[in-house]
Amino acid sequence: MTESSINMFVPKPDEKTVLFVKDLRTWFPLRRGITEILKRAPRRYVHAVDGISFKIQEGDVFGLAGESGCGKTTTGKTILRLVDPTGGVIGYKPRKKLLDEWSELGYEPPVIDEYGDIDIAKIPAKYLKPLRKEMQMIFQDPYGSLNPRYTIYKILEEPLIIHKIGSTKEERYDIVARALEAVKLTPPEEFMERYPHMLSGGQRQRVVIARALILQPKFIVADEPVSMLDVSIRAEILELMMELKQKMNLTYIFITHDLALARYITNKLAIMYLGKIVEMGPTRRVLENPMHPYTKALIVAIPEPDPSNRKIIRELPIKGEVPSAVNIPPGCRFRPRCVTYDNTPEIKKYCEKIEPPLIEVEKDHYVSCWAHGNPEEIIKYMRK
Amino acid sequence: MPEKLLEVVDLKTYFYTTKGIVKAVDGVSFTLNKGEVLGLAGESGCGKSTTAYSLIRLVPPPGRIVSGKIMFEGKDLLRLSDEEFRREIRWRKISMVFQGAMNALNPVYTVGDQIAEVLMLHKGLTKKEAIEEAKKLLAMVGIDPRRVRSYPHELSGGMKQRVMIAMALALNPPLVIADEPTTALDVVVQAQIMNLMKKLQREYNMSIILITHDLSLIAEIADKVAIMYAGKIVEFGSSEQVYGNPQHPYTQALLRSIPRLHGEITKLEWIPGTPPDLVSPPPGCRFAPRCKRVMDICNKEEPPVIKVEPGHYVSCWLHAKK
Repeated sequence: MTESSINMFVPKPDEKTVLFVKDLRTWFPLRRGITEILKRAPRRYVHAVDGISFKIQEGDVFGLAGESGCGKTTTGKTILRLVDPTGGVIGYKPRKKLLDEWSELGYEPPVIDEYGDIDIAKIPAKYLKPLRKEMQMIFQDPYGSLNPRYTIYKILEEPLIIHKIGSTKEERYDIVARALEAVKLTPPEEFMERYPHMLSGGQRQRVVIARALILQPKFIVADEPVSMLDVSIRAEILELMMELKQKMNLTYIFITHDLALARYITNKLAIMYLGKIVEMGPTRRVLENPMHPYTKALIVAIPEPDPSNRKIIRELPIKGEVPSAVNIPPGCRFRPRCVTYDNTPEIKKYCEKIEPPLIEVEKDHYVSCWAHGNPEEIIKYMRK
Repeated sequence: MPEKLLEVVDLKTYFYTTKGIVKAVDGVSFTLNKGEVLGLAGESGCGKSTTAYSLIRLVPPPGRIVSGKIMFEGKDLLRLSDEEFRREIRWRKISMVFQGAMNALNPVYTVGDQIAEVLMLHKGLTKKEAIEEAKKLLAMVGIDPRRVRSYPHELSGGMKQRVMIAMALALNPPLVIADEPTTALDVVVQAQIMNLMKKLQREYNMSIILITHDLSLIAEIADKVAIMYAGKIVEFGSSEQVYGNPQHPYTQALLRSIPRLHGEITKLEWIPGTPPDLVSPPPGCRFAPRCKRVMDICNKEEPPVIKVEPGHYVSCWLHAKK
């Protein structure tokens, strides 16, 4: 491999990029105990998101997958600034309308490149409100994310009032009715006066989707939108999401722990482990030709509805358990669980000391593992 | 001839709520042989957990087993007094791995104490003996025996689930009921737990009833499968029969709604509508309102149980001879 063929992942935005993040970090400080304070020990952090980069193009469904605690939900929340990042760039291409609104408020957003991307990480909290019209979230739990004391009408009208959309009650009523129709809760009048507890799980999730879309956003973070629903109705909600994506020109981040589901829904997929992306690429390539030992283990572990499986004991190419995100292992953070590390003596010294970067192994398919490519060349490249 | 271990006949468990009688389990029958694994599948609220709780007679009030027979090793468990059942059957003969290992352990006792309690009560061991035995049990489920002194909060989710399994196996019962033993666990841990259950099942020739909504998980371990819908079993057969040749429209639709990691990507199906209210279920077939192949008779009369091939039963009018 020649040096010039090494391609480390760096998000390069263009006019079709909706969102990109670069070295994004979200750390949560731990409370210090009295002895730590007396000893003046440094503050410790949960490294929930620990330096990730990716790029999402218009119309993408970008899958963010991994086990619980890997930082996928924190990533989604950080992008929307529901949680503040510790460092890094969140590049987002705003609509003209949003820029106008900001300039009316006398705010000059931080433009970071020639494509007009702004850095969301740098926007002061008081100017975030107009951004909500463009970026929204679909939450996981349709039982917990709707106010039980509000009627469906009130739940959907609230964002309109907050963002001053629809000057009269009649206008807002029309918008709410159309939103309910869009998510196929028809006739809308029948649902407006109901409370969340009067709806089934699937219907509630439709309300959650309607609420996210009622402000006409262009970018949606969908955090496990169907994992709380019965399998038999999941496909219906997913199809609705895809239909609305077409109609409204949406771009999704789709957070999921279910790789089989990701295969059906996403076109790009990033696998996260302990706050880092370990593998990323077109969904089909990542799932059909997984390269990172962690991705391989995840794929082997997934059960399938095939009764011949009961005769086998699944050999899981992974050991131990996920370490705490407070004390991240040095070098490659997956090393303590890695079977490839155990079986490949020649890469051990790299795994122990240096965090592997995301390197392109085939077109658009990136892996962060010393077992791929020539470590010396990669290190030389990194130093440059 | 395989030895019959459990035979459930027309079991009915109802909940007497202020809103009416919820017929959670409404005429469930099945048999299970010694050493066999039965998967009991269905959507939330179909009565699968209530069936399990009925088997170890722990149905919470206002629920009550109304009628039916639970024949276990030749005895009708519903004829025993509470005291007899507690002393002779529960845990000794039929134990359970409860749903949500996270909350099923007592946070203020060490896991060793909790396993030991079972052994002291049922086997009459002293505390010291029981703790020694608990260590062996922990080793058997793949946990360092020194962990007997750990409290539940010191263990990961997967380890807690292993403790729950160790506890269920403490008295080496012939039947273990596992109610969603891996929900809330990550896939890697889930696969580890399933491996463990498979190994232990083979080693001790246990019978297991695995209750879950996840048909993929059932395929990992079950010899027989029962599909439940709205309080009734709608299809029953060997795993090969139910997965390879599903006969009930509900089973067929369920199988087509599962995303798969391998093979062609076909359009995922869904079942429109919601399961019926179990206070006043529809008069005929309970699945009729959501069924694509519904006929006149389905809305009027309940379908009989029909044998489609040896060992494969389905409750659907499509298969009834006119």
